Amino acid sequence: MPSTSPQSIFISGVKDIFPLVVAAMPFGLVFGAMGHAQGLADWVILSISIFVFAGASQFIAITMLATGAALPVIVLTVFIVNLRHMLYSVSLIPIVQGLTQKWRWPMAFALTDETFAVVYNKMSLSGTHQHLPIYYLGSAVFMYLNWILCTWIGILLGSQLPSLTSFGLDIAMVVAFIGIVVPNLKLPSHWLCAITAAACGLLTYQWPHQTGLLISSLLAIVVGVLAENRLVKKSPAEGDSHE
Amino acid sequence: MNEMLLIAAMAAVTFIPRLLPFALASRLRLPKPMQQALSYVPIAILSVIIVQSIFYRNGALALHLTNPFLWASLVAFITALIQKRLFVTILMGLLSYSILKFWLLH
Repeated sequence: MPSTSPQSIFISGVKDIFPLVVAAMPFGLVFGAMGHAQGLADWVILSISIFVFAGASQFIAITMLATGAALPVIVLTVFIVNLRHMLYSVSLIPIVQGLTQKWRWPMAFALTDETFAVVYNKMSLSGTHQHLPIYYLGSAVFMYLNWILCTWIGILLGSQLPSLTSFGLDIAMVVAFIGIVVPNLKLPSHWLCAITAAACGLLTYQWPHQTGLLISSLLAIVVGVLAENRLVKKSPAEGDSHE
Repeated sequence: MNEMLLIAAMAAVTFIPRLLPFALASRLRLPKPMQQALSYVPIAILSVIIVQSIFYRNGALALHLTNPFLWASLVAFITALIQKRLFVTILMGLLSYSILKFWLLH
């Protein structure tokens, strides 16, 4: 549908991230309940979701907090776990290029795996970047509000919460990510990158604080680039000058 | 008070990596090799998340054929190979997951 009013673009961002929002719900609920069970003050739990807004790292942080880890250790861990967002942010630079800082800051704040996946998918499908900031905001705002709401409900329900993660709602995230990755596998080097990532991801899951995610991804990127340069003959004169 | 410091520090170390590339986007022209590497970012990171979510359920390795995530993902994978619409892939994945989960539990 060629409807391009800001509202309709915003709504399409909301719609496209919907499955991922549903998949995030149990995690928000469990985060709230877990923090509550560990005796953290309600305002602390809620503030983490409001000001940090980065799922995996939040779980790791409150788990470490419960085991009495020192503050700098927790902060360093959160930093490492969330470093992947920097790669996302660099990848999405084309979208923010025409925007003022006033827009870039909130957009950066709300950058998550889910928003990146949805926006990147939209970016590779549509030739123009014109409407993408509004689309980005639609999906990011929806994701953010849902995360805060679910954390809050989790706190209220506390220990009454059944083991929600065993529902397996995160299947929606898995199949959505599959639907985003597969159409992007255009070259043999893309496949090689995905296979490397998958194999390393399996082997490094037990590494502390999701360092496995970061290292596996970086390794897979290197493998992909090397394979592409090896397989696709390119003119060596191309590229930015180093002088 | 200590909690406030912790939240502020966590927020800062999370926000800064998210912000830096965006904030410097206009001043920064990415060299070609960097751009090439970035085109592999979504494939790499999302593939790791996919595989870890399928095979590690509740923190334990679930490398067996009764893992419904495995089959639903396979259906989603094949669906995505045949056609490119995200909505269809998600729908097929969720549908097969629901059927499997129901069937496997009985």
